[in-house]
Amino acid sequence: MSDTEIPDEIATQTLPLDAWHRAQGGRMVEFAGYHMPVQYEGIMAEHLWVRESAGLFDVSHMGQLVFRAEGGADVVAALEALLPADIAGLAENKQRYSLLLAENGGILDDLMVTHLPRENPFAADDEAAEPAEPAGWSPLDASPTDPDAPTFYMVVNGATKIDDIAHLLEFLPDGIAINHLEEQALLALQGPKAADALARLVPGVEAMVFMTAGAFDWNGVPLWISRSGYTGEDGFEISVPGEHVVALADALIAEPEVKPIGLGARDSLRLEAGLPLYGHDLDPETTPVQADLGFALSKRRREAGDFMGAEPILAERAAGATTKRVGLLIAGRQPVREGATVVDASGADIGRVTSGGFAPSVGAAIAMAYVPAELATPGTTVSLSQRGKVHTATVTAMPFIPHRYVRAGGK
Amino acid sequence: MSRYFTEDHEWVDVDGDVGTVGISEYAQSQLGDIVFVDVPEEGKALTKGDEAAVVESVKAASDVYSPVSGTVIEGNPALTETPGLVNEEPESDGWFFKLTLSDPDELSGLMDEIAYAAFVEKL
Repeated sequence: MSDTEIPDEIATQTLPLDAWHRAQGGRMVEFAGYHMPVQYEGIMAEHLWVRESAGLFDVSHMGQLVFRAEGGADVVAALEALLPADIAGLAENKQRYSLLLAENGGILDDLMVTHLPRENPFAADDEAAEPAEPAGWSPLDASPTDPDAPTFYMVVNGATKIDDIAHLLEFLPDGIAINHLEEQALLALQGPKAADALARLVPGVEAMVFMTAGAFDWNGVPLWISRSGYTGEDGFEISVPGEHVVALADALIAEPEVKPIGLGARDSLRLEAGLPLYGHDLDPETTPVQADLGFALSKRRREAGDFMGAEPILAERAAGATTKRVGLLIAGRQPVREGATVVDASGADIGRVTSGGFAPSVGAAIAMAYVPAELATPGTTVSLSQRGKVHTATVTAMPFIPHRYVRAGGK
Repeated sequence: MSRYFTEDHEWVDVDGDVGTVGISEYAQSQLGDIVFVDVPEEGKALTKGDEAAVVESVKAASDVYSPVSGTVIEGNPALTETPGLVNEEPESDGWFFKLTLSDPDELSGLMDEIAYAAFVEKL
């Protein structure tokens, strides 16, 4: 066990917006090792506000990493060895959802990876950008020997970032530098009015479509902005130098559409959107096939079968998983939450609820659970056991609330 | 009629041998948006400190303990359809259940409104 290597008490850390959250009336809790706001005015009101207007989330606890080849190494091949995504096919400024996988096919983390443009927007925070570099070499280039070598930006979960970096350092070949952007804060602006509000501060963001990104300037502050998020709504994620995040957060909430939103609503929003949360719905014991994340296994990579965990995952995909992640609509009003079990007619455990709660926009209790494959078809009725009480639920296609992403070719 | 409070933020109003139980304004403010309340059935025998009801906010489930021993007369039927009453009127219309007290001497171990206010102040 690794527990013996870790001190019993690790001091909870503070993020650059800590005082800002408190000043906004945020109720702070410990999350992923940081003090984070769970709510401001109330989870229900905040949730509904994001669905109808725009909400500002501080997600600075998440890990922001940049991958850069040194001396002719192949960063694309290196990342493809660890991720099941088509990295070679990812154009500049395009973003993709992917998974960090273990040898046994278990999910170590879920993440977003973006192909950075040649003018590295994080150059100021990149160790390679120190002025000691030889004259004539631009830190904006990936490598002094190969200015065309691509660089990638990755956002990983806060609670897993240290383990992710350890895994990456262990398995990436020499010549791939990982830069952990610890001085960068990360904001998410989510909701149908997010584009209106952000475009007033940062003109041009409205032209991007879902899962694309770009470098922008706000009053001289470099911002790296993607059109993405984890609420099911249109919106943006904004990487900003930590010393400027208070000013940016102030400017954003000064827009009439925008209110600060806590972790509580972030959780209920992503649950309604059918999006799994690492550490709850995904963990090293579950595989992408069981988790219904087959879309993250790109066709070319499946055919090549050359990513870590490919062998067990592709075998399971061919044979069919025996257990599947599904959405559940709970009968009655009482929430059934993580830790409840799925039971058969005799009361024996046959599955587990991994997330659950009251869904403000659905107006009902919903959940995500792993159930035997034969019960995974939408419309199937299942029984759940929680604190000695049995609840009835119906397997339901996800998302529970339609996604409202702004895609290419759309409006 | 007198009102008593527990350190777990339940209140009980006592009128003769009938007690009405709910959770305090402080408790509802800490719980946040309440989406479900499970109240005890008529006839249920409760001992002081027993888990008597369940209150679920968006975030979490919490037990409500009986501040006194007795037999349940009724659960508040309004909470089934309108659990948010607990947020709006925690110390009046949002009551949880009524019971017949079996040991009124237990009340002496509870706080009065002034003592409870001082208790909350220190939290």
